[in-house]
Parts: sequence; C-alpha cells; structure tokens
Amino acid sequence: MKKNAWINIGFQVGALFLALLITTLLLVAAGAPPLKAYASILSGAFGSLNNVEQILITWSPLLLTTAGVLITFSAGLWNIGIEGQMTLGAIFATGVLRLLQNTQLPAALIIILGIFGGMVGGAVWASLAGALKTFGGVNEIFGGLGLNFVSTALTIYLVFGPWKRPGVGSMSGTQPFDQKLWLPTLPHTELSLWALGMSLLVIVVVFFLLRGTHFGLRLKAVGKNPKAAFLMGVPTWQYSMFAFLLCGAFAGLSGAIQVTSVYHRLLPNISNGYGFLGLLVAMLINYQALWAAPIAFFFAALNIGSVQLQIQYKLDSSFAGVLQDLLVLLVLLGEGARQRFFRKV
Amino acid sequence: MKVELKDIHKTFGAVHANVGINLTIPAGTIQGILGENGAGKSTLMKVLSGFIRADRGEILLDDRPVIIHSPADAIRQGVGMLHQDPLDFPPMRVIDNFILGQEGGLLTGQVDARQDFKKLAEQFSFSLDPDAYVDSLTIGERQQLEILRLIWLGARVLIFDEPTTGISAAQKEKLFAALRLLAEQGKAVLFVSHKLEDVEGLCTHVAVLRQGQLVGEAKSPYTTKQLVEMMFGKAISVGDRNPCGKSDRVISLQNMSVEDYRLKVQNVSLDVRGGEVIGLAGMEGSGQGLFLRAIAGMVRTVGGRIIIGDRDLTGRSYHTFKKQGVAFLPASRLEEGLVPGLTLTEHFIMAEEAKGFFINWEKGRQLAQKRINDFNVRGTPENTVESLSGGNQQRALLALLRDPLTMLMLEHPTRGLDIESTIYIWSRLKERCQKGTSILFVSSDLEEILQYSDRVLVFFSGKVTPPLESATLTIEKLGELIGGSGWADLTSRKSA
Repeated sequence: MKKNAWINIGFQVGALFLALLITTLLLVAAGAPPLKAYASILSGAFGSLNNVEQILITWSPLLLTTAGVLITFSAGLWNIGIEGQMTLGAIFATGVLRLLQNTQLPAALIIILGIFGGMVGGAVWASLAGALKTFGGVNEIFGGLGLNFVSTALTIYLVFGPWKRPGVGSMSGTQPFDQKLWLPTLPHTELSLWALGMSLLVIVVVFFLLRGTHFGLRLKAVGKNPKAAFLMGVPTWQYSMFAFLLCGAFAGLSGAIQVTSVYHRLLPNISNGYGFLGLLVAMLINYQALWAAPIAFFFAALNIGSVQLQIQYKLDSSFAGVLQDLLVLLVLLGEGARQRFFRKV
Repeated sequence: MKVELKDIHKTFGAVHANVGINLTIPAGTIQGILGENGAGKSTLMKVLSGFIRADRGEILLDDRPVIIHSPADAIRQGVGMLHQDPLDFPPMRVIDNFILGQEGGLLTGQVDARQDFKKLAEQFSFSLDPDAYVDSLTIGERQQLEILRLIWLGARVLIFDEPTTGISAAQKEKLFAALRLLAEQGKAVLFVSHKLEDVEGLCTHVAVLRQGQLVGEAKSPYTTKQLVEMMFGKAISVGDRNPCGKSDRVISLQNMSVEDYRLKVQNVSLDVRGGEVIGLAGMEGSGQGLFLRAIAGMVRTVGGRIIIGDRDLTGRSYHTFKKQGVAFLPASRLEEGLVPGLTLTEHFIMAEEAKGFFINWEKGRQLAQKRINDFNVRGTPENTVESLSGGNQQRALLALLRDPLTMLMLEHPTRGLDIESTIYIWSRLKERCQKGTSILFVSSDLEEILQYSDRVLVFFSGKVTPPLESATLTIEKLGELIGGSGWADLTSRKSA
C-alpha cells in the first residue's frame, strides 16, 4: 500500500516537471526568456494586493464549477454542458434583477432572489441535458455541447434584442444595474466576501456529501457500475438526474455571482471558460474534493499571473491555459502509464 | 483443407480452459465439437481463429505448421469463424458488410463484389438482397451473409459457433444444406454445439470436450447415449438431497410469457412453495435466464401474471419486487452484482436500509467485519471487491443479502468455484430455505441441479417442461432433455 502511494506521487511530480519542461521550450520558441517569464507570472499573481484580489475573484466561480462537475463525475457523467448551465444562471439572475429592480422590495431580497433564480436557471438547463441522456439516449457530452451553443446564442439575442441598452445594443452587455443591487464588496475592491463564502461553503458541502453520506456513496456506485447499483436497490436514473440538477444549480450560482458581484450586467461569454476549467481541475485532482480548493486556487493564480506575459513579452495571455492543459494531459497520461507498468503492484 | 491441433493448452488465471487437446479434422468433413458450457469449446475455436493465442501447442493447416496472429491473419491463411452473435454492422447494407473484410485498396470494387455476391448466393441458394440493411435481416439471414463473406475472402476452414441458436427450422435446413455443400467442396467444417439433435443430424465426426479436455471422439454411426455419457461423464453418485419442509405456495406464475429478440418462453404456469428449491436446467440461451429475470421483475413479461405472496406484481419494476422480499444474484459478479472500486464496507452500507443522512462509518465497518467472519470471506472491510477471488466475491454477494427473503433467484451460483466453496455456498442457501425462502436457480451443472433441487424445469429453445420431481430424474435423462431429445415421451406421459 505504502509503496503504491509513493509511486503515485512520483508519477504526478514527474508529470508536473514534464509540463514545466514543455512550457519552457514553448516560451523559448516564442522568444521569451523562460525564467524571467515565470518570475513575471509569479509577480503578476502575488506582486500586489490588487492581484491577490483578482485571484480570489477568479477562484470563486472556478470552485463552484469544480464542485458541480465533482458531483456529475461521481455519477459517471461528463457534464460538458456546464458552460451553458453557468450562462443560464447568469441569464436567470439578470432576468430576476431586471424584473424586480424597480419594485419596492428591499435590495438585499432582490439580490437573494436573483442568486436563487440563477441556481434554478442552471438546474433547468442541466435537467435538459439530463433528460436527453436519460429518456432520449443522447450522450450527455453531445447534449451538453449543443446546449452550450444554444446558451451563447440566447445571450447574444438578449443583449442585442429585448434587453439591449437604451439606444443601441453592444457587445459590452446590458445596462449595468444600480449599485444597490450589487453584492457588497470589500471597500475599494471588487472582491465580495459573500461570493467567496458561498463558493467555499459549496465545496465543503460537496466534500462531505461525497465522503460521508448515503447519497454520495450511492451516487458513486451509480457512476462505477449502474447495473449493480440498480440491483442493490438504487434508483439509478433518478440519481443521474439529481446529479445533473445539483451540478446545474452550482454552475447557475457561479453565473449569478458573475452578474451580481463582478460585471453587474449580462454580457456575451459571461461563463468565460470557467466551466471547462472546472472540468480540468476535477480531472487533475482525480475527483478528490479535498484537493479542489488548492488546485482551483493554483489555476486561478496562473490565469491572473499570466496576464503579465502579455504586458511584458507580448505573449498571448492564454499561455496560462497551455500550462494548465499540459499539466492535466500529462498527469492523466502518467496515470495511464502507471496502470500499464505497475499493474501488479 | 486439413486441420490439425496438437497439444493445445490455454489458461485464464487459475482456469485451465484447454488441456493438451489433440484433434485432426480431414478436409471435406463436418466435425462436431460437443460439450457443456465452459467445457473449453469456444476457447479452442478462438485459438484456431486467431482471437487468442494458445499458451502451448501447434496448429497445422494442410500439414504446414502455422502461427495465427489475429482473426485477420486467420482469414488470410484460410480459417474463418462464424460467431454466435453475428459480428456485422447492422446500420450498413448487406453489400457493404460483404466487402468490409477485404484486404487493401482504397476503392472497394463494388461492381465485381456485387457479381461475386450474387454468384455465391446462388450457389448456396440463399436469397439475400444486397441493398437491404443488415438490421432488417433475421439472425439466420445474417448468418448466411457471414458465410458468403468468409468464403469470398477465401476461407477453407469454417468454424460455426452454436449456429442453430435463434434461427427458424427452415433456415436451419438451409444452413445444414450449405454446410454439406461446403464439405463436398473439400472444406473443413467445424460445428460447435451443445445440441445433440443437431450434431447427430449433421456431423460425421464428433469430438467431445469436458472440463478443458478432449474426452472422446465418435464417428458415425454413434448413439445419443454414447455422446451424453461423454459429455457429462459416467453417472456420478449424487448425495442425499435433504429436501426442505414445504409450506404454502408463495409464488404463483399464471400463463406467464416473456420474450427477447431471439427467444420466446410462453405460457408457463408454476406454483412455488415456501422453502422449495427449483433448478432451471438447459444450455445457455435456452430461455431459463430470461425466465428467471422475468420472475425477478427485471424483464417485462408480455403475458400472464406473477403473484408473489398475495400481491400481483405483474409489470412492476425490480425495485417493487425487491421490497416484497425478492433478491436476484447475477452470474457476472463484477459486471452486475458488485461495484468495482468500492470497498466491502461500502457495499454493506449500501445493502442495508439507509438510516439518516450521514453514514456511520464505524458501524458500517463493524457490520462488514461481522459478515466477513460469518461468511468466511477472505478479505478485510477495506478491500475493494475486485481484489477478491471469485469464490470470495460470491460469498460476499450472499453476505450482502437481507434477511428475511421471500424468494432468492440465482444465476449459476457456483460457477467457477472450487468444491469447498460450492458446498459452503449451498449450505448457506439451504439455511435460507429452512427459514422459508424459496430458491430458483439456473445452472449448467447437472449434478448441482439434481443434488439441490426439489423440482426441475428443463428449457430447450424456449420450450419448458412441466415441473419434474428431481427424485425421478437421472443425469442421463436430464442430459437428453437439455439436448432436445426425449421431449415427446414427456408430453405423451403427461397427456396419458
């Protein structure tokens, strides 16, 4: 057992080094001095208090999407549709806020209803992918991908159509909400402790759900062997469906947070790839909820830090993505190699 | 083409599937390969057709030693195999399937292939429309397509794995005519089957396998009795049956019918008494598996009623049956029975009624440890189920069952287990019977059926015998019924 664990760690560290090596080669090829580039990522991430705030702002939606896909992964489902679910969360939240912004209701209540609406929106969108899978036999990957495109189109339609700014619609989104409808942030920053608190709460809940509850255990059984789970008395399709709903609600919450605490309006591409990044984090941590918070934080830091690359070396800021993707790819590859060569251990 | 198999050995883990098999099949013969399920027939045929490599031994084609690397390599060397479930592509057209295995070339040469197809089909008097889609064909027609394809690719040795399963009587006639024609053309035909009547009607040579060994060969004329003896071994002493006390009936089937795409089991009526054991005999795929799953509520019935206790459960789901005290143990333990990746403790927690929202891990672990001790499972609560041996997995499955149960359904409860485990498992099952649980089980081990059943139902291509008192049966009689002979006596005796 012990030996096994060391081999695991060895392969993961090896994958990390290999990912760094390849990234370094790419940096050299792009004409940037690698060591200095890494240093600038580091200072870009942690060089000032403002940067750390930015990381925390990015961390929160990423934690939520990671929490969501941990649930669907446990049920054996590839919820690629999480981007769309996040987008629908943003749309529903915006809708609720627009509907109630001119009423006499207290602002706090409107914000709460907006966030709740976002969760419902995400869950509804996820239930579509779930229903397609359960009742229509459509693989959730295809269903989810299709619904992602629909959600993008829906956003554009709303921003340029019914919800367009007075005058003319623009890619910069709908008319921003009045400041009283903003989720409270720390003074002089855009960081909302409410958003951060909710996200951390959700990941803790997911951890305990998967680790210590009958629901979590059955969900895992459905994911690993639906036939046996069914014979043991677990209503399998209901569990799959519920996993979709839960994941959708978390993704919707993430979208609602983007609306209420970051952008204060609906804009195209509001999901910003957080859904896919959440999938990557979940794969990298091998679906262990315990590691979700630190790894999501690391990814958020890479995203923010690599903005510096663009400023200093005119490299595209998606370089962070390259490093993240390589890391996931090589860790998975390492896992495959380990199983192949150490099967008997 | 002449085929020689010399000293073929193959093991899968602890199972010795082929033990030093020597067999020569001259060109122009139809060689029957007969044996129970698990006797090693399929393994031997897979070795010859390149699906698997033998651990040891030699294959000679026309006296030339060959090494066959893959099924594609086999067909290049002239060996083609027709599988029980046709390996074709249902959404494609007949002609596309026909061309598929062809070697090389970017262009498929449709026009030539079409002509060849028509010529071959005529030769065997098969009427197949080259433009029909394969999923619109019957199993028999799909077989015909596969035969034509293999011959077109140059097969001179043809292996047929249980080809008479799921085809009509007329198609069987056509198939047999085709096989005879193939033999006349000088090809070697290997006919793998467990159906005595088919083998008798067709094969001039028969080889019988049992437990991985070639136990005998026969040339026509031979008798059914000879074959049955070779297949199942000489009469072996069956111990005391120790019948259980039989209380009132707990399950009643009334004219129940169930079907799948290849088989119909129709109008079965049966009353099962509390504490009774009923064995379902028959070769794999004769309908007994379907029947068992229907009574467990896992397959919808198409007619009749299922009454369990005093409730009519016809058309209800397995989970409703389960609540009425029905449990089902599948044959494929890791595919359907257990969840690989989860530990024994996690399994025991799942099998029990969930109390509260959070899991009490300590209690779960204690329960697991207690049941592990009770049922002699060699493992710890922290072991994942796939790390256990087959016998221990089966013990774990039994340990997972709730108490009390009205009815327990088992598929091959002791398949692949050693004698010690088998005896242990049946002693635990008999304890259940003493407490009033009725047991229905499917097994291909005739001794097991005779030893442990109070009554027996025999299945043959969907037909079912009336319940037979197992005290009146012998292994020979059972073997005949399973192979499809002796059914006429049965009905005449019943009507008399």
